[in-house]
Amino acid sequence: MKNVEKGWEPRILAFLCNWCSYAGADLTGISRIQYPPNVRIVRVPCSGRVNPYYIIKALQCGWDGVLVSGCHPGDCHYISGNLVARRRFAVLKDLLEYVGIEPARVNFSWVSAAEGGKFASVVTEVVNEVKALGPAKRLVKVRIEWKNLKNR
Amino acid sequence: MANIRDQCSWVHMHEHEAATEKAKDLVRMAVAKARVIEPLKRVSLGVTSRGLVIGGGLAGITAALALAKQGFEVDLVEKNNELGGFLRKIHYTLENDDTEEYLKTMIDNVYSNELIKVFLNAKVEHVSGYVGNFKTTVSINSGSDVRRELEHGIIIVATGGEEYQPTEYLYGKDSRVLTHPELENRIMMGPTPKFGNVVMIQCVGSRNNEHPYCSRMCCGEAVKNSLKIKEKDPMANVYVLYRDMRTYGLMEEHYRRAREAGVIFIRYEEESKPKVAQTKSKGKNGLQVSVFEPTIQEDIIIDADLVVLSAAIVPSQENEKLAKMLKVPLNEDGFFLEAHAKLRPVDFATEGIFVCGMAHSPKPIRESISQAKAAVSRACTLLTKDTIEAEGIIATVNPGRCTACELCMLVCAYNAIEIEETKRGKTAKVNSALCKGCGACAATCRCSAIDVKGFTDDQINSIIVALR
Repeated sequence: MKNVEKGWEPRILAFLCNWCSYAGADLTGISRIQYPPNVRIVRVPCSGRVNPYYIIKALQCGWDGVLVSGCHPGDCHYISGNLVARRRFAVLKDLLEYVGIEPARVNFSWVSAAEGGKFASVVTEVVNEVKALGPAKRLVKVRIEWKNLKNR
Repeated sequence: MANIRDQCSWVHMHEHEAATEKAKDLVRMAVAKARVIEPLKRVSLGVTSRGLVIGGGLAGITAALALAKQGFEVDLVEKNNELGGFLRKIHYTLENDDTEEYLKTMIDNVYSNELIKVFLNAKVEHVSGYVGNFKTTVSINSGSDVRRELEHGIIIVATGGEEYQPTEYLYGKDSRVLTHPELENRIMMGPTPKFGNVVMIQCVGSRNNEHPYCSRMCCGEAVKNSLKIKEKDPMANVYVLYRDMRTYGLMEEHYRRAREAGVIFIRYEEESKPKVAQTKSKGKNGLQVSVFEPTIQEDIIIDADLVVLSAAIVPSQENEKLAKMLKVPLNEDGFFLEAHAKLRPVDFATEGIFVCGMAHSPKPIRESISQAKAAVSRACTLLTKDTIEAEGIIATVNPGRCTACELCMLVCAYNAIEIEETKRGKTAKVNSALCKGCGACAATCRCSAIDVKGFTDDQINSIIVALR
């Protein structure tokens, strides 16, 4: 990880639930609170919608870190979707660590619709941690160009 | 949608190039999803053309009457044994309106209106259902506990605010230290007393660490009551100790009137709050207020006959419980949070639920009334319809892939999934009227047999791989 190319910036994919965290991220904007531009946001109905497969797929596609954020426990718009997500996430995180993914690359947080400031600080923290780790290469799939292979 | 304004340009205002790259990515991701979207089938649902108003204070009463005026039946639920809420403590306004008379007329109108059903000593225990078809359980405590099930199409939250009970400035320890409602009571009761020296202290419990917000009505209250004292007893001296006078809008005119009437406004700073102390000289118990005036950089000492505190408006303690039942958010101060301050100021993000009055934030009487009417006009956009179209974002099962393992049933919070026997064996089936489209089942399914319309695996996957 030492020979990280100069000027490298991590790319983080964030899955935000529609009712709390996505609205919280909007509030961050309305409040003009600044955070690093390394994050790309995907809106999902609920953090419970986030299939573990999405997180693995993101790491395979070269995203350097993933953030899943939902409503606070007890505040889920869908009663308990965030709790389902938490259980699922705990298992996934153990698995990913087992196969060599640094724990700081996959993050889970609770951000309510009123917490614009918290969203900015969560993103800043995740970006800084992933930046310290360097690019994620462990699961990235390299595309094999069959044409080139034949020519060899 | 590519959310570029709130989630890109406004949050990366000084990083032009990186923000532009991010905006391009967001557009790429949105396009990637758009390529694979399909039209959503909306389910048509009936509407119960009846309203529920929670809270029988000024905002709640106004909302109930306005709904009834539009021809809708209303259930008005009040936790206390009488209607009126906070307005009962107020006797007149800055504009000299008689609020007692106003409230009395309003309450009479509520009770004489056939469309309005009032539940006193009543508490909301449970809320279920969705826009157009809510079911609410209310427990009514009148000697014995009675439970009632109410059905309605919309909910208006008007649970109001509460007055902060000061612990500072000898409140509760010296009978000469009052809050504004207590002072109003004293002014209204019996023959006018000689007031002597009255010191009002602003921002008591507001704009501090515990309650960082401005309570908005207390500056107006202080101006109102100092004018009233000057009117009843012109020889009285009134001092208002303030941090910032926030008599916004047309209240400014009354602030000017108060200054002309001889009310003395003295500024203090948060770090050097006024001090109230009991004194004793020549066998007489006195009350002394000292305040550091930042312009002359000296303490001003006033011998007070009465100290009046502008206590903060704090959110009702029951807000949290109700917010959880309704699945609507509170802001950081504990008041109900609207969907959008400018675009949807009386709506919640959850369809069919609206907010008005001091449940939303501290506000003067006139603002509560207009907000209540606004909430009703928004509610009427639903109640006037025979049917409404529900969100088409629901889960669907691909029976060919389903193994009927029942994992989806375990995580469904709405019991919307059941196992059905078909010719080809058992399969899960989603009840589209109950499903809310959270997707917990889809993410749990081992066989990818369930998908959520509008947020399909294919669509989310397209977004993830879009920037590869």
